[in-house]
Amino acid sequence: MKKWNLIIDVDNCNNCHMCSLACKDEFVGNSFPGYSAEMPKRGSNWIKIKKKERGQTPMVDLGYIPTMCQHCDDAPCLKEAKNNAVIKREDGIIIIDPEKSKGQKQIVDSCPHGAITWNEELEIPQIWFFDAHLLDKGWKEPRATSVCATGAMKTVKIEDQEMKNLAEKESLEVLNPQFNTKPRVYYKNLYRYNKCFIGGSVALIKNKVEDCVSGAVVKLIQNKKIISELKTDDFGDFKFDKLEPNSGNYGVNIEYNSKKKTIELDLKNSIYLGNIYL
Amino acid sequence: MATIKFSLILFGLRILLSWQSLIYKKFRDHLSEKNFTAQIQTKDQSIGRWITFSNGSIISSSGFHQKPEVVLSFKNENVAVELLMPLVMAFLLKKSINQLDQINALKDFNLTLDGPDELTLWFTQTLMKTQTNGLKFGIDVGDGVVRYTNMTNGGPVFLYVKNDKIIRITPIEFDHKDPETWSISARGKKFTPPRKTTLTPHGMNWKSMVYSPDRLLYPMKRIDFDPDGKRNQKNRGISGYERVSWDEALNIVSGEIKRVKKEHGPGAIVNSHGSHHTWGNVGYYLSANFKFINAVGMTRVHHNPDSWEGWYWGAAHHWGGSLRVGQSETYGTVEDLLKEAEMVVFWASNPEGTSGAYGSFEGTIRRKWLKELDIDIVHVDPFYNDSCQFLGGKWLPTKPTSSPALAMAIAYVWIKEDLYDKEFVKNRTTGFELWKEYILGKEDKIEKTPEWASQETGLAAKDIRALARKWGNKKVYLAAGGWGNGHGGACRNQTGIQWARSLVCLIAMQGIGKPGVNMGNLQWGTPVDNNFYFPGYAEGGISGDLHHTAMSVELYQRMPQLQSLNTVEQSIPRLWLPEAIIEGKAEGYVWDGKSIEAQFNKVSYPKPGYSPAKMLYKYGGSMFGTMPDSNRHIKMYQSENLEFVVNQSIWMEGETKFADLILPACTNFERDDISEWAALGGYAHHGQTQLNNRVAVFQHKAIEPLGESKSDYKIFSMICERLGLSAYFTEGISEIDWARRIFDSSDLPKIISWENFVKKGYAVIPPNKSELRDPLSWNWYYENRKKDVPEPMPLPSDYKDEYLKGIQTQSGKIEFEASSLKRFDENDPERPPIVKYKPAFQVNKNSKYPIMMLTPHPRYSFHTQGDAKDSFINDISDHRVKVDGYDYWVIRINTVDAKKRNIKMNDLVKVYNDQGAVICAAQVTDRIMESSAHGYESCAKYDPLGKPGNSVDRGGMLNLLTPKKTQIKKAHSMGNSTALVQIKLWDKKELKPKKPSNEKIFEAAE
Repeated sequence: MKKWNLIIDVDNCNNCHMCSLACKDEFVGNSFPGYSAEMPKRGSNWIKIKKKERGQTPMVDLGYIPTMCQHCDDAPCLKEAKNNAVIKREDGIIIIDPEKSKGQKQIVDSCPHGAITWNEELEIPQIWFFDAHLLDKGWKEPRATSVCATGAMKTVKIEDQEMKNLAEKESLEVLNPQFNTKPRVYYKNLYRYNKCFIGGSVALIKNKVEDCVSGAVVKLIQNKKIISELKTDDFGDFKFDKLEPNSGNYGVNIEYNSKKKTIELDLKNSIYLGNIYL
Repeated sequence: MATIKFSLILFGLRILLSWQSLIYKKFRDHLSEKNFTAQIQTKDQSIGRWITFSNGSIISSSGFHQKPEVVLSFKNENVAVELLMPLVMAFLLKKSINQLDQINALKDFNLTLDGPDELTLWFTQTLMKTQTNGLKFGIDVGDGVVRYTNMTNGGPVFLYVKNDKIIRITPIEFDHKDPETWSISARGKKFTPPRKTTLTPHGMNWKSMVYSPDRLLYPMKRIDFDPDGKRNQKNRGISGYERVSWDEALNIVSGEIKRVKKEHGPGAIVNSHGSHHTWGNVGYYLSANFKFINAVGMTRVHHNPDSWEGWYWGAAHHWGGSLRVGQSETYGTVEDLLKEAEMVVFWASNPEGTSGAYGSFEGTIRRKWLKELDIDIVHVDPFYNDSCQFLGGKWLPTKPTSSPALAMAIAYVWIKEDLYDKEFVKNRTTGFELWKEYILGKEDKIEKTPEWASQETGLAAKDIRALARKWGNKKVYLAAGGWGNGHGGACRNQTGIQWARSLVCLIAMQGIGKPGVNMGNLQWGTPVDNNFYFPGYAEGGISGDLHHTAMSVELYQRMPQLQSLNTVEQSIPRLWLPEAIIEGKAEGYVWDGKSIEAQFNKVSYPKPGYSPAKMLYKYGGSMFGTMPDSNRHIKMYQSENLEFVVNQSIWMEGETKFADLILPACTNFERDDISEWAALGGYAHHGQTQLNNRVAVFQHKAIEPLGESKSDYKIFSMICERLGLSAYFTEGISEIDWARRIFDSSDLPKIISWENFVKKGYAVIPPNKSELRDPLSWNWYYENRKKDVPEPMPLPSDYKDEYLKGIQTQSGKIEFEASSLKRFDENDPERPPIVKYKPAFQVNKNSKYPIMMLTPHPRYSFHTQGDAKDSFINDISDHRVKVDGYDYWVIRINTVDAKKRNIKMNDLVKVYNDQGAVICAAQVTDRIMESSAHGYESCAKYDPLGKPGNSVDRGGMLNLLTPKKTQIKKAHSMGNSTALVQIKLWDKKELKPKKPSNEKIFEAAE
């Protein structure tokens, strides 16, 4: 049985918000019996984009992650719902019945990912449900992915085993793996959201003239072991990424010709060490 | 023979009308709108037929009616046959009416039409309806849903409509019949764009805009405005409105037009319009609005080249391109960049944030290819912009307005380290030695070293040197502004002219036109077919205006129409519109692209012999949010000098509520029109090279106009009816007939029939085969060949050598020392013949306003379109943030500056200076460098907490705070994308409006 999955590449999301706007366009003012009631015009986003800014001027970056119902195979909302208000379809999609779910706020609370919204006016829980009403009519993909100009968000309809292989091959991750809910939404390059970096710029002053040092060898050391090594670029910059936040003490060893420098630090969040003069 | 033919045609016409009224219910309903008799005849009354319209039925007979209300006369039967035959036989011949014949007959008085305008216009429009009755519009997709098409600033769209309600809006997915697109092979990879169109947030936002609670649904009059009594001008912006009928509204407007003209003389009516609040070649400011201006006779508000300032007033003097507003050619650069370039320097260039203005996210996929190739990327910008975020690369933040100093230091390193194309500089440029001496400090004893530039820009000297060396050793594309060839970016700040000029010098030093060395960021220059004609919006549509549009380039011959000429030659330089009204005088320079020297023409207001402005006809979006020091505009409205203000608008925006009378216009989803995506024409010739696929669209009237709103064309024609000008304004036809004429003027009939086009709604214009792709821009120049790119500029007489040899400058070469500036005023310290660095007139050092605020074009909205009005995008936290139930504009402030002020994320802050104060929601970030802030311009809302013009605004109008001063005195150029401000936490107690005292409401800075 082929099932729907969503793959989001954080490296390609630039916060354009087309996915969330297409979702609003589809559901504000429109109800689709059996699938969903109208979405409130303002304030309720079934697709939310979360932002992570890392580093300090001028070494910063921003990672954006679109979040929505994760269409978990082991979804707590399924268990929490009364009256079969939440169903898991054979194609993997979760639907919250707009009639049966009325008044069941516990469905919202059951989601550890915080992906279910509460429609105050209609008193129903609501989610982004993969635009199943359109897929069932032959549309090839949900609107959110079809408007994504960067290709950051894609759908695949494949067998679960195939998806598993793909996830391994492409190093895909899920949000909040600790909840074990088996989401069908996968993320690539999630490090831009949940990991941190150590960066700096290596420079040299010679005859009172300051210059960037390119090609300096920089080693990242933890517990006396070299865990990563790279060379500075044309601006003397180096950046060790994908480090765990609050992961303790590190040493940064810089070598260029006969010059050496070591910097010790306790890593909390992404840090730019600034100009390091040899 | 002709006599018999004419009689037969008249009989045929009668049959045609009756037959169509039987078949088409809509036509039947239309016919029941009026009861009257029309006589069609030869002038000598030898042949005639009358037609009586009576409660929907048609009674007709040959001969002459005793009391016809409308008389259509032809000089003789030959003329009549020639003109009427195509109309009556069109359905058989499948051919359009010959408009040139019609117009010539009108001009030569071989065809006359007498009667009251409301009947004559209805009569001719009814005759024309026989040409469009029975056309099928849109595709039935089942369940009672019809899929229509339309166009937005953000891209073409499908509209799914059921029961006269828009269900959804999507980009266009091509079907299997649409042509294949192009591919580019570069560095072992093959790149092909997707077969669909892209759309921007403000395009995807449209459903909420159409059904916005701020839509104007009825004509409205300010409650204390009485055209026959007290006008209470001072209450503009304060008093409320009452609903009036269209009849009353139109009578007031047409009455005021006549009164003002008679009482004050020509020039007393001034027309002011924004840009791009809707899209279409018929219902557009350069089209229907210009025709209306010319028909009535109005003082024009002469726009400054708002998005091009530095390029037009600066760069053009070095490399020509006046008809491109000073920007560079753009052909073939996508392929060249992908194949040849080793590095791209994005300099104040954020194409991901500004979408090429009208190019949607078409360039995004191409820049994703850039990420896939091993091409270095550098960004110079005080803000870590959306393109930095998306593309990565080195971010070099420079203090706002300082980057001309960076350019000079780069040149310094290149000169000192021999890193430039000496051959090119020697043979293809002039004046380099003089500029070199300036750079080396021989003129002013200041060497423009990286250390010197470091002081100015805040960048480390080592980084400047590294950038210069990297650049000097590679083949580099320079991306300036959002389009990469100019447009936007730093050209609108206080040193914008210096910036554009110095970037021309840099790219000239590197030999522009050499493979891999050019201007661009993959936003323009795709291999679409530029030999296929469709008029761009700047070509003036139906305006008939050859003077103030680009119509003369091509459209005029392709679509014959009545030429329209404004008899009022007075104009007001837009930046000084408030001063013109309040003080009664203003001076500026014109934006006229025909030559480099045209910009030296001075405009003075009032023009001798003309009346000063007494009535303002405001059309389109609010300009409060886009014009510098906009409190001036608010005060303008309170001036007694303006006796009457009418505002024709779709929504109640900041400026709308300052009118005496409001005319509700509909959106372009509620009327017929036609257009091509990103087709600008004129100053941005071949704007379609931003696209992966050229797409022309029939803009369906997908739903009926909401409430009593009407199309701009309809509103103008109803006013014209009351002035006897309707035939002149409309040429007797409706919007759809104009759309047909524009269709016929284009090359579309070569690939799709009119009938199929209006049904399917769009046509994809196939790309050329690869052998026929455009040559690379500037390559002809680099190789000293004749110009071979397909742009019709400069004008032939502007060549100094043989036609097509060299560029527009006096020497025909890129001039480091500009001959035009030498001729104009070589001692102008603000714009000397060689570009020199002069710090901005506002610097934050030692200022009581220590923060330099950037106000670039917005990312999610487009001018004022899309913002506020309770639209979807207000939910985007990078656009507005809801605090205590109110959607506040966002200001981005550096982490260090925020900490000093105890400002945290989403705190409400007061952004202020001597000009005013705006309440915003703070976004604390490291994306903006210290001592700078970033907030978009163009908010649609103005929400003063006290007296308008003298109080704190919480709508988000940051242009209240920007300087009105022109970049240089001898230009009409905004410098308002930067402003000095102070920011502090907002004390909500100020919510309670203070007593309106004129000056002291803004506290001095601590």
